[in-house]
Amino acid sequence: MLEVDVRHRRGPFALEARFAAPTPGVIALFGRSGSGKTTLVNLISGLLQADAGRVSLDGEVLADRARGIDVPVESRRIGYVFQEARLFPHLSVEGNLRYGQRRARGAQVIGFGEVVELLGLAGGLARRPHQLSGGERQRVALGRALLAQPRLLLLDEPLAALDLARRREVLPYLDALRERLRIPIVYVSHQFEEVLRLATHLVLLDGGRVLAQGTVSELSLRPELQAIVGAEFTGAVLEADVAGTDAEGNARLELGAGTIVVRLPGARPGTRVRLQVLARDVILALQAVEGLSVRNALPGTVRALSTDAEGVLVEVELGGAAVLARITVAAQRALGLAPGLPVWALFKAVSTGGHAFALGRGP
Amino acid sequence: MAWPLSAPELEALRLSLAVALRSVLFSLPPALLAAWMLTRLRFPGRTLLDAFVHLPLVLPPVAVGYVLLVLLGARGPLGSFLLEHFGIRLAFTTAGAALATAVMTFPLMVRAIRLALENVDPGLEQAARTLGARPLDRFCSVTLPLMLPGILAGLVTAFAAGLGEFGAVITFAANVPGVTRTLPLALYTAMQSPGGEAMALRLAILSFALGLLGLLCAELLVRRTRRRLGWHA
Repeated sequence: MLEVDVRHRRGPFALEARFAAPTPGVIALFGRSGSGKTTLVNLISGLLQADAGRVSLDGEVLADRARGIDVPVESRRIGYVFQEARLFPHLSVEGNLRYGQRRARGAQVIGFGEVVELLGLAGGLARRPHQLSGGERQRVALGRALLAQPRLLLLDEPLAALDLARRREVLPYLDALRERLRIPIVYVSHQFEEVLRLATHLVLLDGGRVLAQGTVSELSLRPELQAIVGAEFTGAVLEADVAGTDAEGNARLELGAGTIVVRLPGARPGTRVRLQVLARDVILALQAVEGLSVRNALPGTVRALSTDAEGVLVEVELGGAAVLARITVAAQRALGLAPGLPVWALFKAVSTGGHAFALGRGP
Repeated sequence: MAWPLSAPELEALRLSLAVALRSVLFSLPPALLAAWMLTRLRFPGRTLLDAFVHLPLVLPPVAVGYVLLVLLGARGPLGSFLLEHFGIRLAFTTAGAALATAVMTFPLMVRAIRLALENVDPGLEQAARTLGARPLDRFCSVTLPLMLPGILAGLVTAFAAGLGEFGAVITFAANVPGVTRTLPLALYTAMQSPGGEAMALRLAILSFALGLLGLLCAELLVRRTRRRLGWHA
């Protein structure tokens, strides 16, 4: 469990954040630029000292202003991957990797060979940081932090300085990291795609405060998250196991209300996947509809409606899961949608493309 | 003109090199400390220390030599202490010439090191902290290597300038052949001696060449180390 309860003021910016997240897992700190994400990470690492409050990891107090406890950064054993990598320019890739390893305290959890293999660094150990691409630099920074044998890994927008192609190059390594290691990770991002792909626990930040926290699925239904990602990317996040696949690259997933089919090339039966069904892609019907190309139609019940500048957002309960549907006010009136009304939720198998990720390798 | 150099000229060259080398070795540790204090610490009197460090740049070198003589001469408060307790005599010795040179070139050294320290990204030191490096370890493994181009440049510049220090040396260490008669002092002596014009000219050319060589070396060293670190000069 990572417990944070801190107050910090610098000039006009005040941070007052409190959250507790389960470990191990990937705790995503998500919010717009300037919401206090980096400040919060610096407070956890000890690079910044809070005006008041405490930070504890798995029961061990790292900082407690009231009790005068402040474990120095160099003794916290918290790995930190900065936005701009911050590799030592006077050392080779191997020198950078070994820097943390030489100073590591406590049991060695991950070895040099394992890190090199995990992050695909074998080819360039003798190179200098300035000879590396942005993506390679971040992988080396990640490896360097891991070899210091941290108890917690802080990743402060490690992909923010990279273009889309480089980001796609590094993301699979982060996936591998999450799967293979038991080290809890705090992942700072303002890209929802990264959160969707990696996070097990989500903490929403805005204006230096925690707006909400919980699992990604829970928060996907909340207006606080919708306000940050915007109407275009609002949509319920579902998690399910792959029940079967076909030759076309589609996967069958079991939800409480029935089976859905989504396009997910490469998925294997038994794999747990997470997908976002965008609210603008969901169609609501009052009865089962025949003769449509839509592959997914599930019976459910209207749980809640909210009206905003973009129209009406309808939350539909599907036997334990839920989806959001974005419709017009006129459509809501025409269908007479109200909480408790039974409806069918329809969405295309291909509409989740790009928003579905395997969470594990499966059995 | 006779070539190679005559014995007294070679002696002066050898002395100049020895004095300049000793002077940079003397001044490097305090210059590192002063540069670090001026860059990284905020303390009352910082501006005063800054001014004090730069004083030799603006004072007449003879005045610096005179102050050294008053303090460190055999009867001076510090000089008599050193002589009595450690048997160290500085005035009118080669070591004294090196000390006077070190004082005069101190500001050059501090400026170069300070510039180098200011160019070290504090973010890298923070990264070292998160990797478990304690303060001294951090300084030696990250800060110092990154300052190296600046330190080398400071050393070479101070060395080249030290080869030619005249006023402070002649005042504090006098003009003793084979002991403190360095290149500029030999040049001055030759100018004062009847028939010494040829020797003076050769010594002037030698000083000129050494100075140029020193400055070129400094520049090359900086470029090479920078390239090694991936900075483009």
